Amino acid sequence: MSALYLIPTALVIGGIGLWAFMWSLGSGQYEDLDGAAERILFEDDGPG
Amino acid sequence: MPSSAAASCAADANVAADEELRLASRRLPDGLWQTDIAVPAIHCGGCIRRVETELGKLDLVRRVRVNLASRRASVLWQDAATPPPLLHALSAIGYEAHLHEESKDTTDPERRRLLRALAVAAFASSNIMLFSVGVWAGADAQTRDLFHALSGGVALPTLLYSGRIFFLSAWAALRHGRTNMDVPISIGIILAFALSFYETLTSGPHAYFDAAISLVLFLLIGRTLDHVMRDKARSAVLGLARIGARGALASGPDGVVLYRPVAEIAPGMTVHLAAGERVPVDGLVLSGRSQLDCALVTGETIPISAVPGTRLSAGTLNLTGPIDMRATAAAKDSFLAEMTRMMEAAEAGRGTYRRIADRASSLYAPLVHAGAALSFLGWILASGDPHHALTVAIAVLIVTCPCALGLAVPMVQVVAAKRLFEAGVMVRDGGALERLAEVDRAVFDKTGTLTEGTMRIDETMSGVGPALAIAAAIAVHSSHPYSRAIAALAMADAPALAAGQVREEPGNGLEAEIDGQVYRLGRASWALPRSAAGQQGTILARDGVAIARFRFEQPLRRGAVAAVSALREMGIAAEIVSGDAPEPVAEVADALALPACADVTPAGKTQRIAALRAAGYKVVMIGDGLNDAPALSAAHASIAPASAAEVGRNAADIVFLHDDLAAVPLALATARRAAVLIRQNFVLAIGYNLVAVPIAVFGYLTPLLAAIAMSSSSLIVVVNALRFDAPSYRGAKQRPAPRGRPAGVGIAR
Repeated sequence: MSALYLIPTALVIGGIGLWAFMWSLGSGQYEDLDGAAERILFEDDGPG
Repeated sequence: MPSSAAASCAADANVAADEELRLASRRLPDGLWQTDIAVPAIHCGGCIRRVETELGKLDLVRRVRVNLASRRASVLWQDAATPPPLLHALSAIGYEAHLHEESKDTTDPERRRLLRALAVAAFASSNIMLFSVGVWAGADAQTRDLFHALSGGVALPTLLYSGRIFFLSAWAALRHGRTNMDVPISIGIILAFALSFYETLTSGPHAYFDAAISLVLFLLIGRTLDHVMRDKARSAVLGLARIGARGALASGPDGVVLYRPVAEIAPGMTVHLAAGERVPVDGLVLSGRSQLDCALVTGETIPISAVPGTRLSAGTLNLTGPIDMRATAAAKDSFLAEMTRMMEAAEAGRGTYRRIADRASSLYAPLVHAGAALSFLGWILASGDPHHALTVAIAVLIVTCPCALGLAVPMVQVVAAKRLFEAGVMVRDGGALERLAEVDRAVFDKTGTLTEGTMRIDETMSGVGPALAIAAAIAVHSSHPYSRAIAALAMADAPALAAGQVREEPGNGLEAEIDGQVYRLGRASWALPRSAAGQQGTILARDGVAIARFRFEQPLRRGAVAAVSALREMGIAAEIVSGDAPEPVAEVADALALPACADVTPAGKTQRIAALRAAGYKVVMIGDGLNDAPALSAAHASIAPASAAEVGRNAADIVFLHDDLAAVPLALATARRAAVLIRQNFVLAIGYNLVAVPIAVFGYLTPLLAAIAMSSSSLIVVVNALRFDAPSYRGAKQRPAPRGRPAGVGIAR
């Protein structure tokens, strides 16, 4: 009867992943994939 | 008086450039403008820093953000009389930069909608697949029914959310009495879902929820890629319309001078044009002397002189002095209106090209429906069991759903476009790649395309030492291309001249007084009033005695010779069609061994393209000028350098960002390679159907088989597209390091 809690858990975890993707899409995190990788090396606080 | 004239000359220096910057920018609230600049040489974190700091230092600039993935800088600046010199600042630190207008639609709601639908479908299909694996592994009847019910519970909202993209499109088509690819897709998905629902309710063994949702997922992947490669609605006509003057000071028959809109300027009126204004209608110069930028008419960057009696075409830019002109045509009969009509006709004509994927889908729907209907009828006749017959028919619909077909074209085009982008070539849409692959004839413009749009001083003729420094110091004060080429020689020991010391004589040259001596830089007959006979070129004279001489040449664009011979190897015959005078055209034609026509009007270029098309050729037009824009729109495919005028860039399918003309054979070779891969993908997708359809028709399809067949066929097509290896040409693939401009050779336009 492990299915009783495994199934909801799988759905919830999947749902969190889905929500996270939607959020990152909405907040423009896919606009510049290459630039983001370089910007973490800048010493200042990033763009104003 | 001389001082104010010189000051106005200096102010005019970048009239055309500023105007173009504004045209390519987007106006935001609060008096801010946003300009997107393509900087192809950006390739690392250091470049991001340098570009952002350097542009951020300029006055008026509020915010700079570099996008490394698309090699663009987005700049917000405060409105003012003159925009900040963005391109100049970038070229000063060694980055070539171009205005980038198509990014005006930065937010693409359709793309977002597709991505969201894709995410939901991916989430649902992975979860349903988990249940399905349990069922396939041999779950007992009770667990199987539970898993089916759970799958259905996840599938239904997904179907409504992600599937609506197909349902809405299919419904729109049906309502107008047409059919499209989405009609069989929608029917297949809905029937698969309905059958599975029925199976679940009746505790049947086979539910196709996983198949239905994976279908939606794969189709959405194809649809999203396809959307990325779709032709963005773009019109070069709009840019052309914006170039036209909105109005001008004109005196009517009653003698009253008024600012009149262009439409109200009638033939016979006198129009007063200040320096920096565009000619509103065709006309004749009455009085005044100036220099005209005729790029719109001839494509030439060298200004021509306007004296009383000179004929003016609407859209020409008055550069240096005020002139009065008499209107000879109304706006609607003027040159610019004629150009606009030609472009509209050309753009409408091009709309007839149908993309490969669209042609394939029009064949596809009838075949699939016929196949499903025939298997239904066949099974009714053979077994007389309507439930079984319906199951088989639905299985046929599921298995023929065009997942691999939907991925076959866009996947290849996305990979090809990415390869080209890495080599500095931007593709507007996937259709352009398809059309480019069919090309068997090339037509080149000369100035700015085969030759560089810049002047180069013929080194053997130039003077030496202090004379050169003086020439450079004087030339800084003019916007004439010759002056700018000389000014680019500027060296450390050049005397700094106040604006008041330099006077520009339109059509002749510049005069300056230094230490009591009068220097003239310009036309020989003017600089050397006493001994002009036999002198050619541009002269620097001190008190009427020549001390240095300059001759100018337009060098061939880098890679021009190699590009033309590469085209020849590909079996593409090329020719030159130029608006320039016969001699310079013949010179370039000889250097490249190409046939050429000179003195061709914009309409003549379009006619040449039409004549070639009538002879059965598929023509690619490579040009940069405003005068090439109608020909670019009319050709089967078109390529423009990024240095092209905005209208030219907009009219072209493909824009190459680096100087090297090797981009042209590279683009053609890549398009041909893409066409080969697309054909292979079609063969793979059709081959899959040849195997899978009989299995479904004879009733052996199970949900497990359907899932394996669909996924593997889609994956095979994707992997085949990823085999893409861009054909390489010397120079085109190297990533050029940002380089300083060598002094004295070449200046930015």
